[in-house]
Amino acid sequence: MRRALLLPARLWIALFFAAPLAIICAYSLLTRGDYGGVETPWTLESFARLADPLYLAILWRSLWISTLATALCALLGFPLALFIARAGRHKNLYLQLVLLPFWTSFLVRTYAWIFILRDTGLINTVLSSLGLIAKPLPLLYNDGAVLIGLVYNFLPFFVLPMFATLERLDPSLMEAAADLGARPLSTLRRVILPLSAPGFVAGAVLVFIPCLGAYLTPDLLGGGKSVMVGNLIQNQFTTARDWPFGSAASLILMLASAVLLAAVMRSRTARELI
Amino acid sequence: MRKHLLATYSALALLFLHAPLLILIVFSFNAGRFTRWEGLSLHWYRAAMADPQLADGLLNSVIVALIAATVSTLIGTAAAYGMWRHRAPWLSGSLYLSLVTPEIVTGVSLLALFQWTFRFLHLHLGLATVIIAHIAFSIAYVTIVISARLRNCDRSLEEAAMDLGATEWAAFRRVTLPLIAPAVAAAGLLALVVSFDDYVITSLVAGVDSETLPMVIYAMARRGVSPVVNAVSALIVVAFGIIILISQHLQAEDESPT
Repeated sequence: MRRALLLPARLWIALFFAAPLAIICAYSLLTRGDYGGVETPWTLESFARLADPLYLAILWRSLWISTLATALCALLGFPLALFIARAGRHKNLYLQLVLLPFWTSFLVRTYAWIFILRDTGLINTVLSSLGLIAKPLPLLYNDGAVLIGLVYNFLPFFVLPMFATLERLDPSLMEAAADLGARPLSTLRRVILPLSAPGFVAGAVLVFIPCLGAYLTPDLLGGGKSVMVGNLIQNQFTTARDWPFGSAASLILMLASAVLLAAVMRSRTARELI
Repeated sequence: MRKHLLATYSALALLFLHAPLLILIVFSFNAGRFTRWEGLSLHWYRAAMADPQLADGLLNSVIVALIAATVSTLIGTAAAYGMWRHRAPWLSGSLYLSLVTPEIVTGVSLLALFQWTFRFLHLHLGLATVIIAHIAFSIAYVTIVISARLRNCDRSLEEAAMDLGATEWAAFRRVTLPLIAPAVAAAGLLALVVSFDDYVITSLVAGVDSETLPMVIYAMARRGVSPVVNAVSALIVVAFGIIILISQHLQAEDESPT
């Protein structure tokens, strides 16, 4: 009886999640057809093409933008999480404040940055009316804009596990350090930071994975100039109509995300945080 | 001193999170077209209301979100309840995997599946394919919210009901269901928002006649400057905010001991 309850979910996930992935696996090993689509013979050529310098550059850019975005999230998120963990009875309010923008539409949040960064956007308008610039600064459609968008969209993913870690720290450890004469900064460096390592790992992975697979942010804020793997995949399935190559890139991206997550999930503390 | 430093830094971080949306909302009430303040006006809201494309998109989005949220809540609740006793490692593993799979990969793989199926069936991309896709990615959210609630439920309550002569169904309906009802509602609202917001997957599996609201907004944002987008965005931010606050309130109620 209870097994029957699992059936609809099993069916839906098998048909509309697992089967599509299986098709992608098969397509990645086929050849591109003359009018799009796929044909035999079976080949590994699509995977080999990922090593083409043009595509390696895109993979490389995805990696370093994601790494930088993760580092910035840590830089912004750790002090914020520390502050919230010590906020006493206002803890929940601050936590809600971190989460609320996250729950408003992803598209709208990304659009908000177009509004701020574009040539006639808020920053350029303010700067030029103050007479500081003669012509608009090129703030939009570059790597920097993509980076800001990613940090903005995924910062809560870092703050939450970091907060959970810091909240569990035994306050008496900090008191002991202070009693033994440690100044606040050395308590931070020698007690709090080492103990919050699981939070850093969990938060970093939770930010890095969605950054690596980002599509909408580089699409809207990079404007075709700052292309990441997600955009490469979308392009292969739409304009370029090279489904085998798009499938191969999808598999590599998915594999990277799954391996990263699996690596972190091996640690029990990280598992509890994620 | 150090405490103030931390508080100031955190205030700036929170400002970074909230300022963009606040700016967007403020400028949706601007009379002018550009980012220079020219006085208060509801002009862009009226323009948004009068836009037929936005109206079509909204209608499609509402249809998709209502159906997808309802179906995924039913499927997800059943699955969470089923997994409460029978471990189902493959199912729960796949659900987690579906959550971490980049949206673009989910989207293109569904597109590949649909195109492949259409070789045998004379169908085409449209609202139906969008709804199928939305149900597929919403099930994981629903199952996780409800499983979290069930973890705190006492299984012996149902057993007691059955010892007293209740059928399995009656025990579920009269004992467990009332206990998890807030979580079911919260999960449904979450699925509604997740479905209503999706652009990436939707844009890949939608047909020409099934543009959802995010697709219309995307096209407008791509075309360039239009404060109409600000007005629609402001409305979405407020609507989502309300729904999510209700959903979180329902989930928080769950955490109080039963």
